[in-house]
Amino acid sequence: MEVGQMQRRLIEYTKSLFMEGILDDQFLQLQQLQDESNPDFVVEVVSLFFQDAEKLLNDITRALDQQSVDFPKVDAHVHQLKGSSASVGAQRVKNGCIAFRNFCEEQNVDGSLRCLQQIKQEYYHVKNKLEALFRLEQQIVAAGGSVPMMELSF
Amino acid sequence: MNQSNCKGSMSTASSSTNWKANDVVPDQFPAGLRVLVVDDDPTCLVILEKMLRTCLYEVTKCNRAEVALSMLRENKNGFDIVISDVHMPDMDGFKLLEHIGLEMDLPVIMMSADDGKQVVMKGVTHGACDYLIKPVRIEALKNIWQHVVRKKKNEWKDLEQSGSVEEGDRQQKLSEDVDYSSSANEGNWKNSKKRKDEEEETEDRDDTSTLKKPRVVWSVELHQQFVAAVNQLGIDKAVPKKILELMNVPGLTRENVASHLQKYRLYLRRLSGVSQHQGMNNSFMSPQDATFGAMSSLNGLDLQTLSVTGQLPAQSLATLQAAGLGRSTTKSGIPMPLVDQRNLFSFENPKLRFGEGQQQQMSSNKPMNLLHGIPTTMEPKQLASLHQSAQSIGSMNMQVNTHGGQGSSLLMQMAQPQSRGQILNESTSSHVPRLPSSIGQPIMTNGIAGGVIGRNGIGDNSRGTGYNQVPPSSSMLSFPMNHTTELAGNSFPLGSTPGISNVTSKGSFQEEGNSEMKGSAGFVQSYDIFNDLHQHQHQHKSHDWELQNVGLHFDASQNANPIQGNLDVSPSVLVHQGYSSSQRSGQNRNASAVGRAMFSGVECVEQGNMQNFSPHLNNLLVDNSVRVKAETIPDTNCQTTLFTEHFGQDDLMSALLKQQQGGIGTAETDFDLDGYSMDNIPV
Repeated sequence: MEVGQMQRRLIEYTKSLFMEGILDDQFLQLQQLQDESNPDFVVEVVSLFFQDAEKLLNDITRALDQQSVDFPKVDAHVHQLKGSSASVGAQRVKNGCIAFRNFCEEQNVDGSLRCLQQIKQEYYHVKNKLEALFRLEQQIVAAGGSVPMMELSF
Repeated sequence: MNQSNCKGSMSTASSSTNWKANDVVPDQFPAGLRVLVVDDDPTCLVILEKMLRTCLYEVTKCNRAEVALSMLRENKNGFDIVISDVHMPDMDGFKLLEHIGLEMDLPVIMMSADDGKQVVMKGVTHGACDYLIKPVRIEALKNIWQHVVRKKKNEWKDLEQSGSVEEGDRQQKLSEDVDYSSSANEGNWKNSKKRKDEEEETEDRDDTSTLKKPRVVWSVELHQQFVAAVNQLGIDKAVPKKILELMNVPGLTRENVASHLQKYRLYLRRLSGVSQHQGMNNSFMSPQDATFGAMSSLNGLDLQTLSVTGQLPAQSLATLQAAGLGRSTTKSGIPMPLVDQRNLFSFENPKLRFGEGQQQQMSSNKPMNLLHGIPTTMEPKQLASLHQSAQSIGSMNMQVNTHGGQGSSLLMQMAQPQSRGQILNESTSSHVPRLPSSIGQPIMTNGIAGGVIGRNGIGDNSRGTGYNQVPPSSSMLSFPMNHTTELAGNSFPLGSTPGISNVTSKGSFQEEGNSEMKGSAGFVQSYDIFNDLHQHQHQHKSHDWELQNVGLHFDASQNANPIQGNLDVSPSVLVHQGYSSSQRSGQNRNASAVGRAMFSGVECVEQGNMQNFSPHLNNLLVDNSVRVKAETIPDTNCQTTLFTEHFGQDDLMSALLKQQQGGIGTAETDFDLDGYSMDNIPV
């Protein structure tokens, strides 16, 4: 595939992620922050997010697995996940966290568990998508092209 | 973008900023704004950092609140604004906010993914200047500089407006915040005039010197009036303006009330929630009893707590510094307790006065600013007083500091009032007074205490007070209360104040001895603390900001310490301080502008002590004095130098001494007081 084609594909792909609500405007902000001095900024940040998120998800899982669930603790984890997912633009994950917090408030273990499942799904979903996106970018760069900047106009 | 402190003096309306003359030009502002970001979320932290960098700010990121606090304490004038997350595992964001407000008086922006009304309201009530909802967009960050400007402006304005009230008050303001005007340099405000007044005021506290203008001394009666007014209005509704009206005290300005209210609030908070371990607060409050000397008890308390908290080192330093400052500030040799302003609470005042007592002691020696290397020009009297105050403060602070900071702040504060130390006071006071309890004055005390102790011999404070008394001799600023003589001999090591060095040394007093300067800077800081504590009325605070540019946070202050008599700091150094010391004359403020520039040594200079040094010094000294004053925490605290040696005073001392000898920079690293490195010592 030649560069131009790859670039178009990338744009389409990215657009679809936005349309589906997997990513939101914040992701664009990140992309805009990237520049020559920091060409891998987005990848770095997103990687950080992945690490952090997985750790948080594990913590939450473990906490919910306890005999007596420490909801404030769970809530704190979820809150953080919400913050970081919001910061990278992982919209669905963020929304999942918002819902989760309601269950925490109610101290609803079952509801929380279900919600956690959902968040995990969303998380892995966005992870896959982003990884695919980055791969596309890499291919473009490897082929000598430059990664097009997305301009969300819709 | 301008990096480093030289952000370029803000060429705000007010006189030129304290920043060094050769600082980046103001029109580069807000580029180079020094931001400290605190967030436990690594993703957000990185993103914020990048965004801020894109805005051309100078960013320091930190993922733990404790670390952030120590960074701030260490480097009082190192930052212009703080952005902090609300939910953090090691410390609540609001707590951090409170600490910062008290100790450093920097604008703080809270942020969180939580946009609930209560949380936002909490931010408001705790004094955050803004609240951002995550995800934070770069647009929101682009304008954060406005908070810095606004704060400074208010400070400045307050200062100017409070002319009648007391210079100190004004100075207080100045020193508290980054002042636009470089007090040190220009006499643009009536700094010199004010300062003098302040000094006088403080002086009269201890000694009779002629007071031109009555400082706002929060005497017991006044405080009671204040409390009555607050209760009448309801603590939630108590706004300075209304309180002022209710109190109906002639000559009292809204600013006075505002700052006092702030402290009071903290105090209350501490009482209700805060545990004793904060130590300072409690002790701080207790000092109501007059005599500063009584502080010892406090100190002891603090020390305990401090030591517990491990924050001691920094704190103690601060106290030391404060104590020292207290001393130095007194231009007239009387460690005028700047306190008034700074005393957190009126009750503190009585304690603070302790600085006064100290002064007496000090008088004998040359105005050695323990803290400041800034020498000599300080009048002996002043230095002595400063010295004493510093010492006392130092000791006090130290003790307090150990407390975990809280204490120290208190001490410092207390000390401050005493020593007008003018120069020092200001700076320190700015730091110190702030927190009676909450943070324990991280800035001042910690850095100062440590720095002071070690550096200038501030250790003396500790020494004098109870610290391992590091033989004042020498380079160290004979801070120690007891060593009045030392002061003179202290050779305030401009360089020697190793402790201080870390702090601000930015501009380290001496140009040449940058390292020294650092030390001295640090010293200065400490000095400030003391000054503040004792006497300084200096408002250095305000200049802190500016000072920073100077490189020395304190820069000016260092020289200013009139106390230091010994300070070899060459005038040039003083100048270095960033303030164009020459301008200082009365500029104290400038230095203080930064607020932290405790040492607004420049102020001290004005005091006339520094006469010896080139005019610059004078400025510096003057500034210091100016600055310090505000913060002076009841000196009494210092006096007692409770430093119960929780901290490795000895270590401190030795470190300080070492530093002194070896130059400032090194000293910093040596100290690692309980985790607080000397470097922390806010200079």
